[in-house]
Amino acid sequence: MLKTKIEVKDFNFFYGDQHALKDVNLNICKNKVLGIIGPSGCGKSTFLRNINRMNDTIAGTRASGTMLIDGQNIFAENMDVVELRRRVGMVFQKSNPFPKSIFDNVAYGLRVNGRKDKEYVEHKVEESLKGAALWEEVKDRLQASAFDLSGGQQQRLCIARALAIEPEVLLMDEPASALDPTATAKIEELIQELKKKYTIVIVTHNMQQAARISDYTAFFMLGELVEYNETQKIFTNPEKEITEEYITGRFG
Amino acid sequence: MNKKMITEQLGFWTLRLCVGLVGLILLLILFDIVSKGIGTISWRFLTQPPKNGMTEGGIFPAIVGTFFVTILTAVLAVPLGMGCAIYLNEYADDNIFTRIIRMSIRNLSGVPSIVYGLFGVVLFVQMMRIGTCLLASGLTLGLMTLPWTITASEEALKNVPQSYRDGALALGATKWQAIKTNVLPYSISGMLTGTILGLARAAGETAPILFTGAAFFLPFLPKSLFEQFMALPYHLYIMATQHHAIETVRPIAYATALVLIVLICSMNMFAVVLRYKLRKRKKE
Repeated sequence: MLKTKIEVKDFNFFYGDQHALKDVNLNICKNKVLGIIGPSGCGKSTFLRNINRMNDTIAGTRASGTMLIDGQNIFAENMDVVELRRRVGMVFQKSNPFPKSIFDNVAYGLRVNGRKDKEYVEHKVEESLKGAALWEEVKDRLQASAFDLSGGQQQRLCIARALAIEPEVLLMDEPASALDPTATAKIEELIQELKKKYTIVIVTHNMQQAARISDYTAFFMLGELVEYNETQKIFTNPEKEITEEYITGRFG
Repeated sequence: MNKKMITEQLGFWTLRLCVGLVGLILLLILFDIVSKGIGTISWRFLTQPPKNGMTEGGIFPAIVGTFFVTILTAVLAVPLGMGCAIYLNEYADDNIFTRIIRMSIRNLSGVPSIVYGLFGVVLFVQMMRIGTCLLASGLTLGLMTLPWTITASEEALKNVPQSYRDGALALGATKWQAIKTNVLPYSISGMLTGTILGLARAAGETAPILFTGAAFFLPFLPKSLFEQFMALPYHLYIMATQHHAIETVRPIAYATALVLIVLICSMNMFAVVLRYKLRKRKKE
């Protein structure tokens, strides 16, 4: 029996007058990977950034409808956004390590959440770097600047950073779009490993990638959720013609 | 074919000429002041008050006065300016109201210093009854420096990539935590540099202190914030234009100018070194 982690009901989102998401309904299952696909500007990233309310940082935005995490409304007035973001980690499209050492990057989330105990932090940094399959490559230079790492390593560092605060959900906004095939493969492999512990929502432009790594796929177009199903069904036998056209590359 | 090359060379040399001309003018001014002022400078000149109707002695009270008033300026302008900049850039929404505030601040930095001086007289000396004193001058200079500090600090904050803020917020940091640990450390060098440059400008100003606290001549140093003080720029103005034996004191005027220039240059140099040091630390 699949457990629902996030439940989205009649969700609408606006950037000023622009209606970016229209009546979206879907359930995100626990410990599964949800891939979100769709043409540029269809609302994929907007949807993703609503789950941890990162869109709050943009002025003039508005949301309606409900989005529940474990039954708790993400948009409720009494929602502690800071705590929500601790529970819902995020990896950005462009890897954004902080100009600090590798160690301090991973420890950042722990420290801002009040975990200052040195032993715990050291243990957690190691565990997170291992979790992000980066430990072997950096264990001898934890004090080196994060900027010294390669692009793929930086992105894995950002994943490690997100893992350190033990989130329940991991949001990934095209995490491999700026990486070479080898680095991409590593990230994809990592995602398979991570879904044992986390619920993962990943936005991707790459059809093969969505087919490879996700258990469920949601296809967005013009702010609407066109089709949502098990990945296998979407890619072999989509219900709607437009989904098939997009997947087979006839437009997009 | 050749026409292109000629235009290129012509443009190049015109620009070179501009730079050369500006450099030459600066050098001439510096040479004039240094050559005529250096002879008067001595340890006694720097450490003694003026004597014999200011025709002899040194400029010690003016150096101390300028030092004190600049510190007062910093006490007012640095925390307030940085605070304003952080609020405007990090917290405030971008709406008509904040845009008007921002535009006003930009415009204030262009207001002539004499206007600040007169404003200081009305507000601090008369309305608040502080009297003409060190404090009134410090407050006036502080007000004058604020727009500079705010603008420079805001620019420094703008240079910090948005991804540092988003990344911190996404990890469960509060807004202030994100600012404190992921924005300020990377903007502080720019903020300080801009602030010190603003202070250096304030240290050389005459108009704002003219009516608010600077004294023509004082044989002693101010003992509290509520006493008048001597200051280098005002002393220079008097020695150069208001003294009864103007030819006699000319070397003193030149030497005062030299001390003032050295003081301001060292403040600017300090700003540059500080920025360099902080940048280096940031990279590590």
